[in-house]
Amino acid sequence: MNYEAVIGIECHVELKTASKMFCGCANRFGAEPNTLICPVCLGMPGALPVPNAAAIEYMIRAGLAFQAAIPAFSKFDRKNYFYPDMPKNYQISQYDMPLTQGGVVRYWLEDGTIRECRLTRIHLEEDTGKSTHAGSNDGRIAGSSYSLVDFNRAGVPLMECVSEPDLRSAEEAVAFLEMLRRTLMAIGVSDVKMEEGSLRCDANVSIRPVGSDVYGTKTEIKNMNSFRSVRRAIESEIARQRALLDAGERIVQETLGWDEANGTTISMRSKELAHDYRYFPDPDLVPMEISAERVAGVRAKMPPLPIDRFERYTKEYGFNVKQASQLIEAPEIADFFDRSVAISRQPQQTQNFVLGDLSRLANESGTPIHESPVTPEQLGELVALVDAKTINSKIAKELLARMWAGEGSPKAIVEREGLAQTSDPAALARFVDEVLAANAASVEEYRAGKTNVFGFLVGAVMKNSRGKADPAAVNALLRERLGG
Amino acid sequence: MSSNISSGAKEIARAVNARECSAREVVEATLARIASVEPQVGAYLSVLEREARDGADALDARIASGERFPLAGVPLAVKDNMALEGTVTTCGSKMLERWVAPYTASAVRSMLAAGAIPVGKANMDEFAMGSSCENSALGVTRNPYDLERVPGGSSGGSAASVAAYEATIGLGSDTGGSIREPAAFCNLVGFKPTYGRISRYGLIAFASSLDQIGPLTRNVEDAALAYDAMAGFDPMDATSVDRAVEPTANALREDLQGVRIGVVKQFDTHKLGNDIDDVYDRALHDLEALGAEIVEVELPTADYGLATYYLIAPAECSSNLARFDGVRYGLRVDGNDVAEMNERSRAAGFGPEVKRRILIGTYALSSGYYDAYYVRAQKARTLVARDFAKAFESCDLIAAPATSSPAFRFKSKSDPYSMYLMDYYTIPMSLAGLPALSVPCGWVTPEGGERAMPLGLQLTAPLFAERALLSAAHAYERATMHASKHPMQIAEVTR
Repeated sequence: MNYEAVIGIECHVELKTASKMFCGCANRFGAEPNTLICPVCLGMPGALPVPNAAAIEYMIRAGLAFQAAIPAFSKFDRKNYFYPDMPKNYQISQYDMPLTQGGVVRYWLEDGTIRECRLTRIHLEEDTGKSTHAGSNDGRIAGSSYSLVDFNRAGVPLMECVSEPDLRSAEEAVAFLEMLRRTLMAIGVSDVKMEEGSLRCDANVSIRPVGSDVYGTKTEIKNMNSFRSVRRAIESEIARQRALLDAGERIVQETLGWDEANGTTISMRSKELAHDYRYFPDPDLVPMEISAERVAGVRAKMPPLPIDRFERYTKEYGFNVKQASQLIEAPEIADFFDRSVAISRQPQQTQNFVLGDLSRLANESGTPIHESPVTPEQLGELVALVDAKTINSKIAKELLARMWAGEGSPKAIVEREGLAQTSDPAALARFVDEVLAANAASVEEYRAGKTNVFGFLVGAVMKNSRGKADPAAVNALLRERLGG
Repeated sequence: MSSNISSGAKEIARAVNARECSAREVVEATLARIASVEPQVGAYLSVLEREARDGADALDARIASGERFPLAGVPLAVKDNMALEGTVTTCGSKMLERWVAPYTASAVRSMLAAGAIPVGKANMDEFAMGSSCENSALGVTRNPYDLERVPGGSSGGSAASVAAYEATIGLGSDTGGSIREPAAFCNLVGFKPTYGRISRYGLIAFASSLDQIGPLTRNVEDAALAYDAMAGFDPMDATSVDRAVEPTANALREDLQGVRIGVVKQFDTHKLGNDIDDVYDRALHDLEALGAEIVEVELPTADYGLATYYLIAPAECSSNLARFDGVRYGLRVDGNDVAEMNERSRAAGFGPEVKRRILIGTYALSSGYYDAYYVRAQKARTLVARDFAKAFESCDLIAAPATSSPAFRFKSKSDPYSMYLMDYYTIPMSLAGLPALSVPCGWVTPEGGERAMPLGLQLTAPLFAERALLSAAHAYERATMHASKHPMQIAEVTR
């Protein structure tokens, strides 16, 4: 039978606020264990949480980026369960009044097709500490002799983002996640690094016969540590479910762990029996009122969104998906590009410079483009000079190198040093005639049929003009002088 | 020495600031009193001899250099559920028997900044759950007016210490009556301000939406001074109120002209027995004689207070006390895995009343019961608050008994429900977050007893009307002077 997959994603994203969610401790990855802690994030008796206003603003940004509703009222609830790396044995989270509701992630596939996946909600909570189990060979708790807990991460603001089951393939799921990552990075709310755990995701997967509108039994996959493993895990799970259904067996609703080494999902069912989290409103925190003015204030400061850029780059500018993605990938580069285009009015040529020569200079020097001495406006000027045929591309390359070295405005250099391309016929004729006179032997060879010396003669004229001659005009004039 | 430990806080601070006596001398006199009566009273779980002496010397040095403090040298008893850096802070529980607080509660910090000197950590019902102090896992505290009787609870140690002159101001916490009830039992003023007026940061939570710190003192003026020192917004407590605090100690009145005092129709004092009824009748006459107008008000939902409270408070405590798991601090009893270690630690660390409330609260929050219990209780709580708001349309203050009886004998309330009933008159005010206090209003000799025991009149004001509340209590106290009418069973302090 032909099946289609139905996939929903649930992910946790650590917000990159300066301090933790409910205390003043630094929010930083990679510090010595238990050095970024205080009575509040350790859940010491008597300590109380106070919400981080920046985290709430980040949530509003995220909501706006995905066109979610930002309700006027929101509150924090306690999610009660015992876990040794959770200091209070409850997590401050949000249950029925999250900061954002609904919304949609518009993402693109490799061929440039734009798809949509609706969001159920995004809510704000606090992260737990991190346990390290010692004494077992594989770092798992089973067979370990003791565990160590690092509370540096405890209380870090964590955004939980839940999608509707709108995704239909592993490819779509990964493209959705890529889009989420790109967007959250562009709006400056998270590093979104899977390898540092600032993005963690689970996938809910089921399959159903094509054309059916009834969902099949779903499984939840955890423990996927990269986009690659998300793709592999979902593909493997779809294949497993298909094989079961084809064999006439039933899918069991369960939680699975992705085993990267063996490329399979493993049942984790044992301790995942239905929890009763006993959610109730956190009495230590007062309900939040989010005014329309506050939302408007955040909206006014929103940076350009990757999806908007993608549509502009591909539809208005005619870039291919790879070029567009490459620019968008680094928001600073896309910002640089946009500002350059505003001056040059030449998207394609500007893009060639940004992704070509500028990127090469950046790689060679180790200085990112946006931190180099070349301003976007200067690059825009340079492209405009080329476009107006004021300089040719060779001069442009040289100028760019000098700009990178900090020489400033290309227009100023061109004017100061008289580098403007010349198409004055008399000057051109002088450059050509001087070269012909000095290279009589080559002229003879050309006339004897060795036409490959033509290129050499062109080069000699260009050199004679110090690069200022218009190469097309030089070509034409040389042919004329050589008699065809 | 022109001031001694029988003085009020204002007089002690005046004398210490004027260098008529040193803070060190006040502390020494207090420590001597503690040494003499503590074997009978048992108010403290720890006496901070060294810290108090060091604190007094440091204060004296600052005063010598010209600084002045509103509570200079005033001996302070701190209920043992408030963090004081470097001191063992037990909550009256085996769970925290050896836990040393790594920081100081904001309210305690405010008292320190005002010049008060903590002399001891006071006994309490375990995790503030109880009305007699008998639920302390760490010690017995006796009522100084009759050593066979309880001091009340949960702030029983704070009450007994101040009554016995082992401190001048006691800090307590009140969740459903835990300041007002022991104050009434120990012939003191016990004041619970509006919820949010005094920071809870560093107060080990029982029920977060109800807990409020307040003073227990031998007179209204001392309560006002302590309130003035502690009230105000604290950025460390998200539920503390960012609203200007009017000083109260300098605005206490001598009369009640123009004050309308509501008497709650539903609070029938006849059923408390003739002797007690007479005391409360007399109190109303005294209020009237001071110029107050007595009006009848209704609190139709007050009767639901107890049931409402015993859902909300346990629900919150079941979550608040989850952190005591043996992992990071407090008692740990090892097990074969983490879950077993958690279970054994909690089984050994918590006493029966704490376990009972954790179980009730866990049940009330469980899926399938949440709406029927917790949500409904929250609705009832809203109704109680509305009743008060309506009642305050026709009166300025409400007068009611603080307790339904004077202090009872040890072990006389053996079933939990009869103990819960002790808070019948104080719980509705807690549910509504209102400022309320108990002020001594007369004496009765309980049946079968030999010694006269004090009773408390509970006055309640609208939200944030602490000034009017303390002012009225002050006028009543000055006119009646009930507190000074009967002796304690322990040695009176030498004057």
